[in-house]
Amino acid sequence: MSLRVLVGCKRVIDYAVKIRVRPDKLGVVTDGVKHSMNPFDEIAIEEAVRLKEKKIAKEVIAVSCGPTQAQETIRTALAMGADRGIHVEIPAKEMEKLEPLHVSKILAKLAEKEGAELLIVGKQAIDDDSNATAQMTAALLDWPQATFASKLEKKDGLLEVTREVDGGLETIKVKLPAVVSADLRLNEPRYATLPNIMKAKKKKIAKMKAADLGVDPSPHFEVIEVSDPPAREAGIKVEDVETLLGKLKEVGRI
Amino acid sequence: MAGWLLQVARKGIISSSRRSITSRTFVTASSNRQHAQETALFYSGEHKELQESLKKLIAVEINPHVDQWEAEKQFPAHHVFKKLGQAGFLGVTKPEEYGGLGLDYTYSVATSEALGTIHCGAIPMAVAVQTDMATPALANYGSHYLKEQFLKPSISGDMVACLGVSEAGAGSDVANIQTTAKQQGDDLIINGQKMWITNAWQADWMCLLANTSQGPSHRNKSLICLPMNTPGVHLTKRIDKIGMQASDTAQIFFEDVRVPVKNIIGQEGMGFTYQMLQFQEERLAGAVLTVPPMEICIQSTIAYTKERKAFGQPLLNNQYMHFRLAELETEVECLRSLIYRASDLYVAGEDVTKLASMCKLKAGRLAREVTDSCLQFWGGMGFTNEVLVSRYFRDLRLVSIGGGADEVMLGIICKYMGTLPKIQKKR
Repeated sequence: MSLRVLVGCKRVIDYAVKIRVRPDKLGVVTDGVKHSMNPFDEIAIEEAVRLKEKKIAKEVIAVSCGPTQAQETIRTALAMGADRGIHVEIPAKEMEKLEPLHVSKILAKLAEKEGAELLIVGKQAIDDDSNATAQMTAALLDWPQATFASKLEKKDGLLEVTREVDGGLETIKVKLPAVVSADLRLNEPRYATLPNIMKAKKKKIAKMKAADLGVDPSPHFEVIEVSDPPAREAGIKVEDVETLLGKLKEVGRI
Repeated sequence: MAGWLLQVARKGIISSSRRSITSRTFVTASSNRQHAQETALFYSGEHKELQESLKKLIAVEINPHVDQWEAEKQFPAHHVFKKLGQAGFLGVTKPEEYGGLGLDYTYSVATSEALGTIHCGAIPMAVAVQTDMATPALANYGSHYLKEQFLKPSISGDMVACLGVSEAGAGSDVANIQTTAKQQGDDLIINGQKMWITNAWQADWMCLLANTSQGPSHRNKSLICLPMNTPGVHLTKRIDKIGMQASDTAQIFFEDVRVPVKNIIGQEGMGFTYQMLQFQEERLAGAVLTVPPMEICIQSTIAYTKERKAFGQPLLNNQYMHFRLAELETEVECLRSLIYRASDLYVAGEDVTKLASMCKLKAGRLAREVTDSCLQFWGGMGFTNEVLVSRYFRDLRLVSIGGGADEVMLGIICKYMGTLPKIQKKR
């Protein structure tokens, strides 16, 4: 049984960029700032492409919700080996207010529309750190979910997923179709090779709007303020563990 | 001669795409603006994808090891070239039938600009030797047999190449090289020596320029594919340089080295011409490679002088400093524009010898200015081997010397300006 895999990838501010809060304190500066694919989504794409190489998947579709530039993110996915892309156009202004629930509704609708049997997304986006899309999409689809995946295997028509949880590693088996969210150690994403970058030019990206999928991107909550975390104070060095414990007690930390 | 050279160049080098300006007929105001933006940016989506991917490879596979390789005075060429070759970055403009991508020269410029993000000058230089110096003539004029033996593995990164042109007695004066390759039956017997050969200690083969016949010095030389393990090839000296430490540089002696005559690239006697033809690409590549290090120097100096305080305020607050950095940034942008313009014209089939020579000249001189000023602003730290700016100061000093010395570039520009004195013919 060869799966059709849908992978969500988000265009976010590049991890190496120093984030600056906007003067109006309602968001961060995005103009002219380097953006790239969310690192956990790169891992998701890589896993899907590897499934195709192992002949477990027959098609990998990369989806991104965002403004025109989201197409660059999809192109990167295509260069890594995805077969085609879907761009759900969300204008830049609306993108600021787009919530995981909207994305989950979009992904759920697309999964049904495309007849996907596996949906893989990064566990969280590095801009909002929500860690909610995979879970909510699974709920909307009434599909099993396997989140924080660090290993993925297909065994006897089921997916065996090793998850990184607080206590260590947990291995579960889920029935297909299912939703998986990729964690850091699932794989190491490949560099897009130059031949694949050039081939990606010919791959198709379908465009649509959230409304076409029956999803209203109006926000459910309002951002009141965005501010820098408090500046890190200087620490002190102590001689030994005794002094360390003493100091910690002094400042009421233990 | 120049016109005929250009004919040969066009035939050999411009195989596929020109920059397409196809749909110019129905032009609206907004598409005019878009076209202008695209031209000014020079790079399209695919170029940027290429650069992102290559920069990622460099950040993961190369930069973490540069300090160590510089200290060891050698980077592992086979290992690094294999990584680059697997990702397709060693054959960007090379023919597809031998594993290349067959893309136009703008992709080569994009690749070089990304290579410039490596934290030393040695490795980009070594790659440039492989892709822009030792292999262009082979790709354009070599026989199928030679391309299978030497070009294909050089593109895949399985073989390391070096270029054997310079000699102790002839660097700028290429026509004056003394190494001979005399025909004896089906073989060539090579005698002589080469100097300043980058990659030589690790190379599997050399693209050798030698005298193969009698006659005028620009018509008696051939390019020969020489396997480096051929008996009689003696690497005698690992040259101890002030910069480019991770690059191995050799002095080589040839003592009755025997290779088949079929190892001659293209036509016998055309070696000098073939080498001249790809100088435009070599010089533009040399110029492009210097731009990212200069940017890194300026940006890192800004960061450092923001933190470093003297007399109660950040160094960068001194007008002399931020103004000087602005001057340097301006000059780097000028160089960048010249390079992009020359590349566009080259891809369109024009002869860009004058512009390419200007790019190389400016790059070498500007690199010295930028690194010198930035090093000064780093103060004592700039004088240590613990910072990048001092490494670039040493490494980039070579740009004014190698790949066409400043003085040679000036001579070429003067030739195009018609200002060279006429030499009186001796009677």
